[in-house]
Amino acid sequence: MDKIRASLLKKSVASKIERRGKIISLSCLALIILVVFLIFYFVASRGLATFFQNHINLWSFLSGIQWNPGTLGTNGQPAVGALPMIVGSFLITICSALLATPFAIGTAVFMTEISPRRGARILRPVTELLVGIPSVVYGFIGLQVVVPFVRNTFGGSGYGILSGTFVLFVMILPTVTSMSADALNAVPRYYREASLALGATRWQTIYKVVLRAAIPGMLTAVVFGMARAFGEALAVQMVIGNATLLPHNLVSPASTLTSILTMGIGNTVMGSLQNNALWSLAMILLLMSLFFNLVIRYIGRKGKLNNER
Amino acid sequence: MNAKRADKLATGILYAVAALVVIILVALLGYILVQGVPEISWHFLTSPALAFEAGGGIGIQLFNSFYLLILALVISLPISLGAGIYLNEYASKNTITGLIRTTIEILSSLPSVVVGLFGYLFFVVQFKLGFSILSGAFALTVFNLPILTRSIEEALANIPDSQREAGYALGLSRWETVTKIVVPAALPSIITGVVLSAGRIFGEAAALIYTAGQSAPALDFSNWNPFDISSPLSPLRPAETLAVHIWKINSEGIMPDAKAVSAGASAVLIIAVLLFNFLARWLGKRLYKHLTAE
Repeated sequence: MDKIRASLLKKSVASKIERRGKIISLSCLALIILVVFLIFYFVASRGLATFFQNHINLWSFLSGIQWNPGTLGTNGQPAVGALPMIVGSFLITICSALLATPFAIGTAVFMTEISPRRGARILRPVTELLVGIPSVVYGFIGLQVVVPFVRNTFGGSGYGILSGTFVLFVMILPTVTSMSADALNAVPRYYREASLALGATRWQTIYKVVLRAAIPGMLTAVVFGMARAFGEALAVQMVIGNATLLPHNLVSPASTLTSILTMGIGNTVMGSLQNNALWSLAMILLLMSLFFNLVIRYIGRKGKLNNER
Repeated sequence: MNAKRADKLATGILYAVAALVVIILVALLGYILVQGVPEISWHFLTSPALAFEAGGGIGIQLFNSFYLLILALVISLPISLGAGIYLNEYASKNTITGLIRTTIEILSSLPSVVVGLFGYLFFVVQFKLGFSILSGAFALTVFNLPILTRSIEEALANIPDSQREAGYALGLSRWETVTKIVVPAALPSIITGVVLSAGRIFGEAAALIYTAGQSAPALDFSNWNPFDISSPLSPLRPAETLAVHIWKINSEGIMPDAKAVSAGASAVLIIAVLLFNFLARWLGKRLYKHLTAE
């Protein structure tokens, strides 16, 4: 009797396997979540040290225009003004997004509305391929083609915000294009049919119906492209000139958060002010990427509400 | 302007914009290939790089790139497979699952330079791995995990529920259904996802500068003992990859034929990425045919 009782109360092999499988897969997931928290913890613990250990004023860090950690600035405080890099990063992101958006949306409209067959056969594969091109290759081409072009056309050394903008423009163009095309494809077919049935021309249909219905999706695409541009390091670092000066025009050498980070981290000693200040830049980068993420989620939620109405 | 004329005009402009974009993109690809392909030779692909004189190759960098790629995939595939399985098969639809998904999305949107810096702080400094293949592989894993998890989850979600029900009807547990029915059925799209992510890893540089290092010490290709520092398999040696090499010789500018070497190396990178893309499509289709006997 006890044997039967024991065998009934004991867990079956299958349920043991089941339990083990669930635990294994859950721990994989937990590991990924842990990594995210570790990233935030480590970068923040270093980045905040500038303010708590070295007692740099947060405002003077964000608004100062002298960047030369290790030496004292004109006000007797360590020269850790991150404004040139912050301005550089934002300027380059906004310029490249402004430049890329019309091209990307135009191409996406062409792909989905004007010539879907050519879009599917030529444009889509090409854009998808270009999304995968490594950023150093863009940087290399920027160095070989864009910098001389800018130097000969606009003067200056060729290194600067403008060259960075061109490189990032080409870099985010495929991403924004293919995401916009997805957004346009998601517009239901009967929207177009209804508009055409009312006697609208194709352009009226595109402009007044399709584009408006796809606004949330296209905004997401643009913000995604901006996030990519903001976080891009090497391609920008290669063409921007890396001078930690507040950019006065688009063709003078400037710098971005990422370019200073790539150059500086290896040349500073862990725990020193120079190093901590760089980690603060990394923290700004992290927070901005978080911000872009929030914007994308917000647009997505808004867009869903609009469509449900 | 009447509506018909506006329509014609807009169509013309759209044609022009699309043509311009295609020209830019094709010129980009063409430039790399035209500049780079003539540089590629057997000597270029196999000989070590020379820092101060012309005529160096990319042999060690190429090997490092592949070695790092394989290590990173070996580490990240099981983890993202497990995570993908949990998210798609076990996780219930509630706020916590939503938060977890958001966290993974945040990880995938982090700039790769931040991932690299974290790798430097955590693997290189904290775990004292130094600039090494291992640190680089871990950093690439962090970079790859969210993308791979997502593609695996999508692959699993595309398997119809009738497959799972068939498994339960046979008396299989959930885990057995997943491992014996759902994962094999999703295998073609999982493999496509893995190969596509391999293309991304292969060209990644920003995450590697401060983890795998920027130097490629000479390797002894007859020594396959992984514990020896001069062995190609040694996981603790610094390893500059192809992408890092391109960045380094361009930003330092002491190599006399830096332009030729980086053109050749860029072409090799692009060709590798193209191959990964075609391989992904071809393997996916081939496996699908093989598994479904269609």
